[in-house]
Amino acid sequence: MKRWRFITPLALFVVLLGFLGVGLNLKPREVPSPLIGKPAPAFALPRLDNPEASLAQQDMAGKVWVLNVWASWCTPCLEEHPLWVDFARRNPTPLVGLNYKDGRKEAQSWLARHGNPYATTVQDTKGLVGIDYGVYGVPETFVIDKQGVIRFKHIGPLTPHVLRERIEPLLKQLNA
Amino acid sequence: MGALLLCAAVAVQAKEAPAAAEDPALEKRTLAIAAELRCLVCQNQTIADSDAGLAVDLRNQVREMLRQGKSEKEIRAYMTQRYGDFVLYRPPVNSNTVLLWFGPPTLLLVGGISLWLILRRRNQLGADQFEPDEAEPNPSAAATPSSAQETPRAAQPTSHP
Repeated sequence: MKRWRFITPLALFVVLLGFLGVGLNLKPREVPSPLIGKPAPAFALPRLDNPEASLAQQDMAGKVWVLNVWASWCTPCLEEHPLWVDFARRNPTPLVGLNYKDGRKEAQSWLARHGNPYATTVQDTKGLVGIDYGVYGVPETFVIDKQGVIRFKHIGPLTPHVLRERIEPLLKQLNA
Repeated sequence: MGALLLCAAVAVQAKEAPAAAEDPALEKRTLAIAAELRCLVCQNQTIADSDAGLAVDLRNQVREMLRQGKSEKEIRAYMTQRYGDFVLYRPPVNSNTVLLWFGPPTLLLVGGISLWLILRRRNQLGADQFEPDEAEPNPSAAATPSSAQETPRAAQPTSHP
């Protein structure tokens, strides 16, 4: 029985270590989205190439598509951008850009300089559509299915790993 | 350089002030609700305190919703629908957060009670239940640590009923 006196504190300590281990591996910057599995919020925003015309969320119904939130003033967006340019070349999935709290001129010259992978870019100048999508930083990326339901959200710049392991397989699955 | 930065900060304040002066009552309600919402950019601040762009946007959103006559409950629902429970600065008490809210006080209580029980049990044991100290070369030597412990223990059974 005397052995319990030594084992119990050690056991409790190991349990606490377990919690610490889990906690240290959590990423508080990546706030899980409550919108996964919910319909993508409706929007109708002016297009970057033609502000007279607009694109609405329901225009994409019936298609699997990717929404990428970006801005010309955002450095990590520049980091991930070559991945999108490459993606657009290889993958037929429409990539829609949500230009977040940015100026039209700045956005256009950014795309001219760095390449334009987007089927369309729409302008969310005030960031209100961003709020509806739970955007709290740039870049963020959403995968939306044919029924208009958000199936995946990636926070921060895209990495080849996430593209290869999470997004591309999901796109294949949703398109099947 | 410092003076220049200060001017910039004051200039920004000057732009913000007119909006607040429009309706002090509305502003007060806005800030009260904003103080309960977390800024997701600077996560340990509320959107009332934070100067991040998103915080300003969300404050404006709160103000606008109040102007439209929405209740605090509706505003909080609006925020949690978009950003999840994490946006509430005070975590809600639900099945997910039960451990967060009640864990530390429970641990404290359990630890305190265990300590009390152990101490009480020790008081009731006779001196012979304790491991004997190692044999001392000079048992009468002044203030060696183990002999200082020995004496009170031997006295306990007689002083505690």
